[in-house]
Amino acid sequence: MTTNELPTISGDRGLDHEEPLIFEIGRDGKCGVDFPDVTVGDTHLGGLRRKGKIGLPGLSEPEVVRLYVRLSRMNYAIDAGLYPLGSCTMKHNPRLGEKLARLPGFADLHPLAPMSAAQGALALMRELAHWLTTLTGMPAVALTPKAGAHGELCGILTIRAAIEARGEKRTRVLIPESAHGTNPASASFAGFTVDEIKATPEGRVDLDSLRSKLDTDVAAFMLTNPNTCGLFERDICEIARLVHAAGAYFYCDGANFNAIAGRVKPGDLGVDAMHINLHKTFSTPHGGGGPGAGPVVLSERLAPFAPLPLLVLENGAIRLIEDKSDAPQGSKPFGRMAAFHGQTGMFVRALAYMLSHGGDGIRQASEDAVLSANYVLASLKDVMSAPFEGPCMHEALFDDTWLHDTGVTTLDFAKVMIDEGYHPMTMYFPLVVHGAMLIEPTESESKESLDRFIHVLHTMAEEVKAGKTARFDGAPHLAPRRRLDETTASRKPVLKWKAPDLKQAAE
Amino acid sequence: MTTYYTDQHEWIRVDGDEGTVGITSHATEQLGDVVCVETPSIVKVLAKGDEAAVVESVKAASEIYAPVGGTVTAVNETLAGEPANVNADPEGEGWFFKIKIADKAELATLLDGDKYQDFVKGL
Repeated sequence: MTTNELPTISGDRGLDHEEPLIFEIGRDGKCGVDFPDVTVGDTHLGGLRRKGKIGLPGLSEPEVVRLYVRLSRMNYAIDAGLYPLGSCTMKHNPRLGEKLARLPGFADLHPLAPMSAAQGALALMRELAHWLTTLTGMPAVALTPKAGAHGELCGILTIRAAIEARGEKRTRVLIPESAHGTNPASASFAGFTVDEIKATPEGRVDLDSLRSKLDTDVAAFMLTNPNTCGLFERDICEIARLVHAAGAYFYCDGANFNAIAGRVKPGDLGVDAMHINLHKTFSTPHGGGGPGAGPVVLSERLAPFAPLPLLVLENGAIRLIEDKSDAPQGSKPFGRMAAFHGQTGMFVRALAYMLSHGGDGIRQASEDAVLSANYVLASLKDVMSAPFEGPCMHEALFDDTWLHDTGVTTLDFAKVMIDEGYHPMTMYFPLVVHGAMLIEPTESESKESLDRFIHVLHTMAEEVKAGKTARFDGAPHLAPRRRLDETTASRKPVLKWKAPDLKQAAE
Repeated sequence: MTTYYTDQHEWIRVDGDEGTVGITSHATEQLGDVVCVETPSIVKVLAKGDEAAVVESVKAASEIYAPVGGTVTAVNETLAGEPANVNADPEGEGWFFKIKIADKAELATLLDGDKYQDFVKGL
């Protein structure tokens, strides 16, 4: 359904190149580098000298460079456009953070460097810990977890250690049905069984369901706040009270912290442990192509069980405690989460973000993120259907009620967004909402950028309602590839390139 | 042979002491194309409501719960290679496993065909 079909001899369309696989270009035996002949004698190879060809593609250096540059141009990135992926907080990457993360003193520091030579990096970790504990109102933080889910596991293992230290055995973890899939995975990985808590018609935790399942066998309740429907759990203080009264711990999934950072301290709400996705809330979404980081803040009750290494100040120098036997009085670390000390590059970016915004700037960013999402919700709910009444927090959630009997699905709508030059929103999540479309614009977008985005989605929705649905069928039509066959890709995956049959190729 | 249903969209077809378990066509419509089915191991003992199998579709992964307690006596081996059978014939070729029912009184807690249809209409 291309509107201006101009066939070319090359198959390329202007700057849009039709890119073959690396194995399909080049020539066997060609190489961008001259290697000397191998002179190692068989006596050194133990009879393992390669007999056949290794099967590497044969390309010159310019061919390799062009292939990857052209492929990279097909990427959609936060640096290329609005990225409304809900529950991911795709905010932009300030160039300041990128510049600082590349400082050789941080970027080239070896993880085994003597502590006396790493005082700058250690001071940065201490300063970051100060900001994280201050923003959350929690006394301790474990910096090493490398991602959100790794942080969840760290929090749950800390809770397990605290329960064992009380001489108790508890086997269940309660999780609401709207939770991120990583919550039950983390609880299960730590050896707990998962018990689901129902939601109310308003999309929040059903307190009666929670009460009926809380008993002395429950180790923890895991809650995301704001939850994955983009709604603040208003009963969170009562939830914390109930959880604590049952002798359990309250874990908060901090993935959506960008909605409340600088406004609400989770410690004040009764939270015992919460991971913070540095790579969402404090820039570098999705790790910016690099690593993420999921530090875990801990309450007074859990702080003694924090994993190694511990960061302490001694005689004016900062020291990492790497061994249990070396831990200070009262500290009972449950173990460790990573070989070294966490993702220094993310620590630098996050602290640069915090220092450049200041406490008031972080609060403003959260407020603007909530305002942007509500602007999207209010501007689109006359044509698309919102499953829950009232304003949202940092993300606007729609369901597919408005698509009934149009022949268009959530997937079709999302794919046309690609034709319109946007990355689609999160779809079919949260699972509690039918045909969900979850839009998180973040504070990074200007009003002009949001207006353009809303205009595109609004007009698309009007087209669907007017029965103009032809371009929704099989979209995207303007992307480098048409709609992918996800079913066959999953059922019969082709994971290895196979050389075409020479006889067939010759015909 | 009588077929019973659960509010979690499983069906169980009872023949004597043995029941064959699968998911309903409503469930497959909600899931979309099934790409992988993890069946339980034979002789596994399940209590009513225990996680018995996992079905993964292009949209989501979902647990399948045992409609009644018992011992797994057979699993549908063909689903490993042809998960599409679940979509094509959910209440026939797409069955998941067979279970020797421990306590047939538990069947009374399930829905019959009409009640299940009413339940689906109300969703």
